[in-house]
Parts: sequence; structure tokens; C-alpha cells
Amino acid sequence: MLEIKDLHAEINGKEILKGINLTINKGEVHALMGPNGAGKSTLSSVLTGHPAYKVTQGTIFFNGKDLLQLTPEERACEGIFLSFQYPVEIPGVSMVNFMRTAINEQRKYSGETPLSASDFLRLMREKKDFVEMDNKLTNRSVNEGFSGGEKKRNEIFQMAMLEPKLSILDETDSGLDIDALRIVASGVNKLKTKENASIVITHYQRLLDYIVPDFVHILFDGKIVKTGTKELALELEEKGYDWIKKDLAAE
Amino acid sequence: MKNNQFISFFEEYGSLIEENSPALLNASRKKAFQEFLRLGFSSSDADFYRFMDLPTLFATDYGINVRGLVPTFNPYRNFHCDVPGITSLLYYVVNDTFVAALQSNLPDGVIVCGLKYAAVHYPELLRQYYGASIDMQYDGISALNMMFAQDGFFMYVPEGVALEKPIQLVNILAANRPLLANSHNVIIIGKGAKSKLVVCDHTMDKNVDVFANRITEVFVDDGAEYDHYKVESTTETTKNFCTLVVNQKENSNVLTNVISLHNGVSRNNIKVNLNGCGANTMLCGMFIGGKNQHSDNATSILHHVPACNSRELFKYILDENAKGNFLGRIQVAEGASKTEAFQINRNICLTREARMYTKPQLEIYNDDVKCSHGATIGQLDDNAMFYMRQRGISEKEARLLLMSAFAADILDNIRITSLKDRIRMLIDKRLRGNGSHCDGCVICK
Ligand SMILES: Nc1ncnc2c1ncn2[C@@H]1O[C@H](COP(=O)(O)OP(=O)(O)OP(=O)(O)O)[C@@H](O)[C@H]1O
Ligand SMILES: [Mg+2]
Repeated sequence: MLEIKDLHAEINGKEILKGINLTINKGEVHALMGPNGAGKSTLSSVLTGHPAYKVTQGTIFFNGKDLLQLTPEERACEGIFLSFQYPVEIPGVSMVNFMRTAINEQRKYSGETPLSASDFLRLMREKKDFVEMDNKLTNRSVNEGFSGGEKKRNEIFQMAMLEPKLSILDETDSGLDIDALRIVASGVNKLKTKENASIVITHYQRLLDYIVPDFVHILFDGKIVKTGTKELALELEEKGYDWIKKDLAAE
Repeated sequence: MKNNQFISFFEEYGSLIEENSPALLNASRKKAFQEFLRLGFSSSDADFYRFMDLPTLFATDYGINVRGLVPTFNPYRNFHCDVPGITSLLYYVVNDTFVAALQSNLPDGVIVCGLKYAAVHYPELLRQYYGASIDMQYDGISALNMMFAQDGFFMYVPEGVALEKPIQLVNILAANRPLLANSHNVIIIGKGAKSKLVVCDHTMDKNVDVFANRITEVFVDDGAEYDHYKVESTTETTKNFCTLVVNQKENSNVLTNVISLHNGVSRNNIKVNLNGCGANTMLCGMFIGGKNQHSDNATSILHHVPACNSRELFKYILDENAKGNFLGRIQVAEGASKTEAFQINRNICLTREARMYTKPQLEIYNDDVKCSHGATIGQLDDNAMFYMRQRGISEKEARLLLMSAFAADILDNIRITSLKDRIRMLIDKRLRGNGSHCDGCVICK
């Protein structure tokens, strides 16, 4: 589904990603871990086409398409969804208007007719229940005045609405209380099918108890330095990143 | 003395204008001429017209309707305003002339007529108001209006009367050669009376250089409520200068909202005199411009007495080579304690070529006041753009959502639902680049 080869990317002339190789097949869950500043969010931004980042080398293919040739909105319509580490507040744009526009733009892209107003509202209601999101939130402007946890829940709500093929969850667990974490994680699990895949970026083993990964990657200074199964996350939790650093130094 | 075509014009035709005009309107003509001789196309404050090259704007060989002829264009036949559900009482001023209404069903005592008619039939009512709030010594363009003004719109709502339906005044510029139209409107809202006026500015011909130099004086008595909406949808060859002076007495409430969706060069000189304690005013406006369109709003809110409240909000969206200017003066007189005055001006420049100038000007001569102002000039929020695009929303649509959001609080200040819906739709159309003309308006198609 996703094939990243030797990816190098920079921002403001500073190289952040220094040769990433990663293959993700459908049905898989990949956890991405690594210390602050390693480049995890940068990878999400590059995958989704953030205009501030420049890819200097390497390729990304998504379901056979050259992702680097596509605009951010085309990538979204191809089925890539990012749950932002820092969701953006958009005062004056209502959640309803935002979601309806997003859904209908994606439908237009795949040659479908726009959703009728009643079908749309039914879908909203259904997905809202799914992540147990308060009505009050969907009646407001996008993320405006939402608490940290509410913003994260709103990301999963949008993911449920858009049903992406590849979801990238960038620290969706941070800022969530225990109940919210369980709800969000079970939401993600319920959305999981044999056809889609996800990249879960997290600092905590805790989330991986709920969302069990098939692979765990450790990103360090712009490179994936270790790949393993879910046991790797446990080991990391126990030993900390110094362990990785020592390993690297030994090489 | 500054020489220009209108000076010789007045010297030649001044007497002809006087012959065709009521005495009441003639009373101030000579004085106006003296001021215009002195000021010409300028203000006594050199900064006032800083971003407008007035001599060039007035350079065209404009004709003036000296004989007060009624235009051949019949708006009742050729113009149809279709804002759904607005059910307003509709009146027209074509160029500088009021066109009599076919039918009217106004409540007892309410008068809506032409200014010329009012000067003849209600001189006692009009005398103390006509020109009373116009500072010709300050502004040559106002003097120019009062040299030539022969007609306009007159409205009187007596004490205690609440007009349920809004009154609508459509100003139409209809000429097949360059024309300067000087109309003058007087609006009197009696004690405790309530009414709303919607003014629409239109131009018939897309290719003729036409100039409107209009004055509106509004007098709002104790405890009265008045809404003044102005929507401009003219042409790129139109120059549209409007001087609006709102005079408020004790505990009166006024909302003014001036929206320009399509224009050539526009200037609003808006002055609010808060003359009575406890008066409230909300003054807002919005300009959406592209191409070489230019809009200036010079506002001045004068807190002459204590305990008045003013709120001001102006927004500009400038695309292509559009130019905007906002001059926001707030003056709090000595002794005007417990004043509250807040001003906001927010602007978006969509291109590098678009230009916005903004200048707040607070003059506070009293201690016990709450005043603030804020001005920003920026682009659309990049983070918000990316967030929306990540959800599949195209760049164009994302920009549109952000711009509509930007306009939202201007729409919130329209208290006629049908008008608000229509303006929302027109703004959306305008932002999509589909023109901004009211459907159904024969003129604007
Ligand atoms: N605009 C920028 N200019 C220069 N450097 C930047 C810019 N934006 C990000 N960086 C740098 O890129 C590096 C990677 O940042 P990134 O946000 O990808 O880290 P991360 O792995 O997601 O970290 P965290 O766990 O803290 O979220 C950091 O060192 C950061 O300072
Ligand atoms: Mg990050």
C-alpha cells in the first residue's frame, strides 16, 4: 500500500529526514516511536504534502501512485488521513460546514454525487456516537475553544467520517484522559479492516496495549534505526532511548 | 483659489440651478461655493484624502443636471429588486433625482419623498436639518455637493412610530455620457421611533464614467432606533463618494453597516456625532475588492457627551491589485466620562500587489474612558489552509471557507434576515469570482 524509499526531506534548508525506508501493507498497524525532535511529525507532514517541507531525495508510492506528484487534497482524497499532533482551530468555519465540504470534495474526487443533507446529518450523528463526542462540539467552529482532549477526539471523529485507507495518528493519545484513551483506541480498532492500515505515532507503550501494532519502528535523528514487533515497545519503555543511542554508538 | 471645471460651471449655471430649486436648498449654495473655491478637491486636513488623487478622479468632463430634469430612465419599470422576502418599501433616486413612488402604504405621519418636494412642502420640518451636520469648511467634496444638490431622498418617522418594514432606497446611476450626480438625503427619526433603511448603489452602464457624490444626514432623536445598511454593487467605471453623518441624541441606538461588493473607486466619509448621553452606535463595514478596485472608509466617531458607547468593525478582503484604506478616528471630548469606544480593523491581502492602508486615530481628552483599537493586515492562515486540504478540501474551496468565515461577523450585524441571507449569498458568489450582482436585478446582469 505505502512504499517509502530513501526519503530525505528538509525544512528551511535544514535536513530532518535522512533516508527513511518503510513499507506498509494493507491490514497492518505500524507504531512509530522515537525521541522528541526525531522527525516523526515531519514524516507525517511529508506524507500528507505539507508545502513547507521539501523532499530532496527518495520516493513515496501509495497504491501505485507517486505521492510526491499529488497535492495535499489529492492525497487526502486518495485515502490518506492525518490525525494532527496539534489540530488547528478555524474560527468562523463550522464543524458541519467543514465536514460536509470535506466529504463532498472527496466524493467528487471519486466520481460520486454529493451526500444529501439528510444523509450527511445521519452520518454525522452515527459517527459522533461512535467516538462519544458531545453535540456541543460539532455545533461549534472547527476546534475553536476545544480542550486538548476534545481536539484529539475530534480528529478521530473526522477519521470515522472520512474512512481513510491509511491513517496516521500523530500522538493522538497525548492529552487524553484514561476514558478518552479507551474510547479513541476502540474507535481506531473498530475502524480497522483488512483493507486499511495505520501508522500510530506515540511515546507511550500504554496506547499499544489498546492498539496492538504489527510492527514497531524507532525513528532516531531522521532515520529508522530499529524495527521489531510489539515487544520492542516494551523494551524501549524499560530501557529508554539511551539504550538505542548506545547500540548506535557500538555499531 | 484652485481652478477647476466645477468652479466655472457654477459661475455659469449657478443662477439656472437656483431658478429650478426651492429657496431652502438655495440658501447654502453661495456659502458652499465659497468653501469650494477655497478647498477645491481637498480637505483642510491634508491627510484626509491621502490615498486618493482627487483632481485626477474629477478630471473627466462630467455633465451636471443643472435644470433638475427628471431622468428618462424609469426604475419602476426597468428595475426590479428581488431580495426574497424583503418586502421593503422601495424608492429610487436616479442620478440625483428622486423618482416618485407609484404606491405607498406608510403608517400615519411617516413621510418619504424627494428632498426637493420636502423643501417645498415641509420647509419648516426640513430647514433646521438640511446641511446642519455638514462641515463644508473641512471638506471640499461636501461643499461641492451642496453647491449643486437639488434633490435626493427625504424620510421622516415621527415620535413613537415603529416602521415594521424596512425602507429601501436604490440609488441608480443611469447615463450615456459622463455625469456627476450630487444627491442629498435627509433622514429624521423622531423620539422613540424605530426604522431600518437599506440603501443599494447601482450603475446601469458598465462603460460610462459616472460619479456619485452623495450626502446623507441622519438625525436620530432620544430613545430612537435606526439601522442603516448600504450595499454597493456598481461598476469599475463608477466613482462613488458618500458622506454619511449620523447625529444621535440621548439613549438612541444606531447600527450602520456599509458593504461594498463591486465597485470602481469608492469613498465613504462617515461621521457619527454622539450628542446625547447613553447613545449607542455600532459602525461596521466590509470591502471585497479585486482588479484595480479601490475603497476608502474614513470614519469618525465623536463622543461629545458622557456615557455613550461605540463599537466599530471594518474588514477588507483585497485580491489582485485592489487597494483599501481605513481611517478610523475616535474622539472623546473633555467631560465625556464613562465613554466606551472599541475599534477593530482586519484586513486580508490575497496577493502581493494588493495594498491596504490603515490608520486608527484616537483623540481622548478625558480620563474615565474605555477605549481600544486594533488593526491587522495579513494573509489567510496557512495552518488552517493545510488542515482543510488534508481533509480533501481543495485549495480554492478552503480559501473560500476562510474568507466566508472572515466575513461572518459583518453578516452578524445585519438585522434583516432576508437581507442577511442575500448578502451572504452575494459574498459567496463574489468570493467565487462569479460577480456579485443581485439576481433578478435587471441592472446588474
Ligand atoms: N520550521 C522549522 N525550521 C527548522 N527546523 C524545524 C522546523 N520545524 C521543525 N523543525 C525541526 O525538525 C525536527 C523534527 O521535528 P518533528 O516535529 O518532526 O519531531 P517529532 O519527532 O515529531 O518530535 P515530538 O516527539 O516532540 O513531536 C526538530 O528538531 C524540529 O526542531
Ligand atoms: Mg511530533
